[in-house]
Formats: sequence, C-alpha cells, structure tokens
Amino acid sequence: MQEVFTKSMARNIYYGGSAFFLLLFLALTFDTHNAWPARDNHQNITPQVSAGKRLWERNNCIGCHTLLGEGAYFAPELGNVYKRFGENKEAIKGFIRSRPVDGIPGRRSMPQFNFTDAELDEIVEFLKYASEINTNNWPPNIQG
Amino acid sequence: MQYQSQSVAKLYFIAAIGLFVAQVLFGLIMGLQYVVGDFLFPEIPFNVARMVHTNSLIVWLLMGFMGAAYYLVPEESQRELYSPKLAVLMFWVFLVAATLTVIGYLAVPYATLAKITGNDLLPTMGREFLEQPTITKIGIVVVALAFLYNIGMTVLTGRKTVVTIVLLTGLLGLAVFFLFSFYNPDNLVKDKYYWWWVVHLWVEGVWELILAAILAFVLIKVTGVDREVIEKWLYIIIAMTLITGIIGTGHHFYWIGTPEYWQWWGSIFSALEPIPFFMLTLFAFNTINKRKREHPNKAAVLWAMGTAVMAFLGAGVWGFLHTLAPVNYYTHGTQITAAHGHMAFYGAYVMVVLTIISYAVPIMFGREAKSNAKQVMEMWSFWLMTISIVFITLFLTGAGILQVYLQRYSDAPQAFMIVQEKISLFYWMREFTGLVFFVGVILFILSFLPDRKAQQV
Repeated sequence: MQEVFTKSMARNIYYGGSAFFLLLFLALTFDTHNAWPARDNHQNITPQVSAGKRLWERNNCIGCHTLLGEGAYFAPELGNVYKRFGENKEAIKGFIRSRPVDGIPGRRSMPQFNFTDAELDEIVEFLKYASEINTNNWPPNIQG
Repeated sequence: MQYQSQSVAKLYFIAAIGLFVAQVLFGLIMGLQYVVGDFLFPEIPFNVARMVHTNSLIVWLLMGFMGAAYYLVPEESQRELYSPKLAVLMFWVFLVAATLTVIGYLAVPYATLAKITGNDLLPTMGREFLEQPTITKIGIVVVALAFLYNIGMTVLTGRKTVVTIVLLTGLLGLAVFFLFSFYNPDNLVKDKYYWWWVVHLWVEGVWELILAAILAFVLIKVTGVDREVIEKWLYIIIAMTLITGIIGTGHHFYWIGTPEYWQWWGSIFSALEPIPFFMLTLFAFNTINKRKREHPNKAAVLWAMGTAVMAFLGAGVWGFLHTLAPVNYYTHGTQITAAHGHMAFYGAYVMVVLTIISYAVPIMFGREAKSNAKQVMEMWSFWLMTISIVFITLFLTGAGILQVYLQRYSDAPQAFMIVQEKISLFYWMREFTGLVFFVGVILFILSFLPDRKAQQV
C-alpha cells in the first residue's frame, strides 16, 4: 500500500488542489463583487457616513461592540442599533453624550468620548447606513 | 545544535514568552471586567485591554514562528543562516515596534494614537486584530520581507526538504495576505470581506502550513521515523487544509452583506475543515508509536502530542460546532465564538510554539533535554494550561448557549446587557480558571531556569 500512494502524488494533490480552489475562490469573489451593488447599500455612503466610519475606527468601537456580528462581545451589537432605537437619531446621540466620565460603579459602561455635534451626526449616519445593508436577515431579532 | 546561527532563535523565543505573559495578564484583566464592569475604568477600558490581549498574542506567535524558522531551517538546509546579523537586527526592530505600539495603546487614548501616527494619511486602524497604527503595519511588512529574504536565501541555496518548502510557502502566504490589512474602503461590506483575507486565510490557511511544518520537524527529530513517510503525511495534510480552508472562508460571509450562496459554500467546505486536523492527530500518534528512538526530552513529545489533539478539538470540533449557516445564524458573534477562539488558538498555535521551544531551547543550551525534575515541572505546566483552556472553553460555551437562548432563540428575546448579567456565573468560573492557566505559564518559564546544584538541595 505504501508504494501505491507515493510522495509525488501527495505533492501533486497539494499543488493542484490548492491552485484549483484558490481559483474557484477568486471566481466566487468576482461574482460577489457583481452581486454587491444590489445589496451593500453603497448608494447611501455619503461623506458623512465615510467620516462616521473613520470616527468609528479611530475610537476603536469594535474593541467592545460587534458590528454585523464581528468584533468584541463585551457590549451590544451595533449593526442594528439604529433600528433598536426606533430609528431615533436623537436617542442614539443622547445615549453616547450621556456616558459618565468615571463609569458606573461595579458595572460596564461606555467611555465618554466628548464627540462634537458634527461627530455625533457622523456616527449616527454611519450606524444608519450599516443597519440598511442586506445581511440575509441577521441578526435573528432586534436585540442583536 | 548543529549550526551556530540557529542560536538567533533564542532571542525570538524569549521575547515570545515575555509577550505571552503580557497576553495572559491582560486576558485576566478583561475577564475581570466582564464581571466587575468598572475594574480599571477609565484608565484601562476593556477595548484597550483587548487590543493588548489579542495583539500581543499575534505578535508572540509570529515571534515564535520566526524563531522556529531560524532554528529549523539551517538544520534542514544543512547550512548556516544566510544572514544571522539581519535576523538579529529584525528582531530588535520587531520588538521595539511591538513595545512602542503597546505603550501607545496604554498611554494615550486610541484616537490620540491614531492622530499622532498619521492614520488619516492611510486609515487602517480600528478594525479588530488590525488595530496597530499604520506605521506599525508598515514595520511588520518590512520585518516580514527581511525575514522571508533571509529564510528564502537559506532554503534555496541549501538542501531543500519538504519541511522547509512547506514552511516557506506558509510564511510567504502570511506576508502576502497581510497586505490586505492596508485595504480599508468606506464600504463596510468590502472592508469586512477583505479583512477576512487577512484573518481567516492566516489562521485557517497559511498558519496551518507553518504549524504542520514545525510539528513535522519536531516529530522527525524526536522519533527518528523515516523522513519519506513524514513528508508524505505533511503534503496530504496541508493539501486538505487548503482544499477545505480556502473556500471555507465562506463561513464568514453569511451575514455581512454578501450573497446567500456563501451559506452553501461556507457550510460545506468549512464542515470539512476538521479533516486535516484529524489527520494531524493521526499523523502525530502514528509517528510517535512507530518511533525508532526514545528521545530524552519527554516534555517536548508531550507538547507535540498535545498540539495534535488540542488543535483538532479547538479548531476542528469547536469550529464545526457553529460553522453550519443555520446554526451560525444564532451563534454568530456570541460567547460561542469566544470559546472556539480560545481553544483553537491555544491548541493549534500556542502549543506548537511551546513545542518547538520545549524541543529547541535545551539543545541551544548544549544538552538534549532538561533534567528530570525540570521536565516534570514542564509537564505540570502543560497539564495546568491545557486543562485550564479546556474548562475556559467549556465555561464560555455554557455562557454562549445561554446567551443564544435568552437573547436570540427564546420566544421573548432579552436585551444584551440583561443577558450578560444572567450568565455572569460562567464568567466568574472562566476568570478563576484563567488564574490557574497563569500558574501554568509561570511554571513553564520556571522549568527553563538552571537546575540548582545537587549539594544545595
């Protein structure tokens, strides 16, 4: 049996198999690019949304929250937070604005980021944009 | 040690273990913040502790891989390292960059760090695991290229073995896929899609090649089994890794704005991802059973067997647990993911780096194995760490199942923070188990200190 399956056969499976599935992956990626315009909500990426994404990044929001299920599991999912807050932009802004500087004794609390009004608008617009991406009905319910 | 230049690995191994300690300490801080929410707040908020925890993990594993490569490539290639000086220089560049980055995380707010490192010029920060300032990322690319050049020149001008070719392919892939960390479009869907090209294609792709190559090298050395047999196994294992793992990336594309068909591609191929890990287990046990010699370093053999088993459990079994799309619909982004992450990273990558350290460090100090007493201590560290990670994983799995039920599955779904309080018992148990893990880490380090002289006992 040992001689029937040789090392060079194993090597050929490695090179051939990897190359084939890498090409298949690239083909699927190409098709995914074609499918995106209908579902990725790109038409709503305004300059304000872009600025909101940068604000999201430079405050490391993903270090506590998930966004479309990816990130840290310490704080609530924010991909659908716009809908969870009843599409009420002022409520989201009010929540961010009201975080106590020294936290809440014994409990988890979001830091106070001292955002300007313009920045608050940016982050809310970004979260609204994220909530309108077609995610195949994920999360299962409004709680995220 | 057959070649003088192999000793550069020592620097990498020491730094790796130092960062391992930092990683676990910050893990303990985060674990406590899960139940005592205001612990160290606002000085070290959770997101900062998490960055240190995950980033130091990534850096110490990379250091471990590099140390492993510098150790094993000269021996496999039967020549000195192409440039030991470059290897030492790159070590210091890497260590200084990593240290400055961690100091940056801890000393100033993240937004300030982004500002002073010029993130606006090329924004790459603030994405999970890729939080490093852009300048650090550029540093990582420089170090990786210099490292690849050094290893590549050694491999290509020396004896070529399957171990070195597989290792080199893995390291090349590691460098290439990291380049996607510089692509950060405004379009969140595209951002996430290509973010996975770094994260998934690293840990469920090319890193597995590095893992298999290191493990094969150690097994050749400690068992004396014929290289031909081991090399055939190696090829077939990594073939299965890439055949299942590349399309398996699709299991991350279920809910991020990508087409529905990824649920089929991702489910089917990632359900096959445990196969190469199972083959790795069979391979390790078969090889050790057919050993031609009794290597005096019993601890290293234990680590090698442990890697094979725990990689299969953590990456294979716990990965499969939540990889099918209908299941993942409920488990995505919960403590189930955290449970899998902990056992998979420990079982596959932490353990393989500890395996090569366990095997190589005594040799670098001029003997084949440590004293019996020190080996016993090292085996204690093996069991403390391994059993702890099993229980950490079980507790997080328990937390995750409850979280999924209360927050997503029951008829009256409850809010995230309310559910978190209800499952806090599991977080407490995880934290205590983490302390035991830390004892294991300390014992591992102590087991490498010199023996006391017999008279002093």
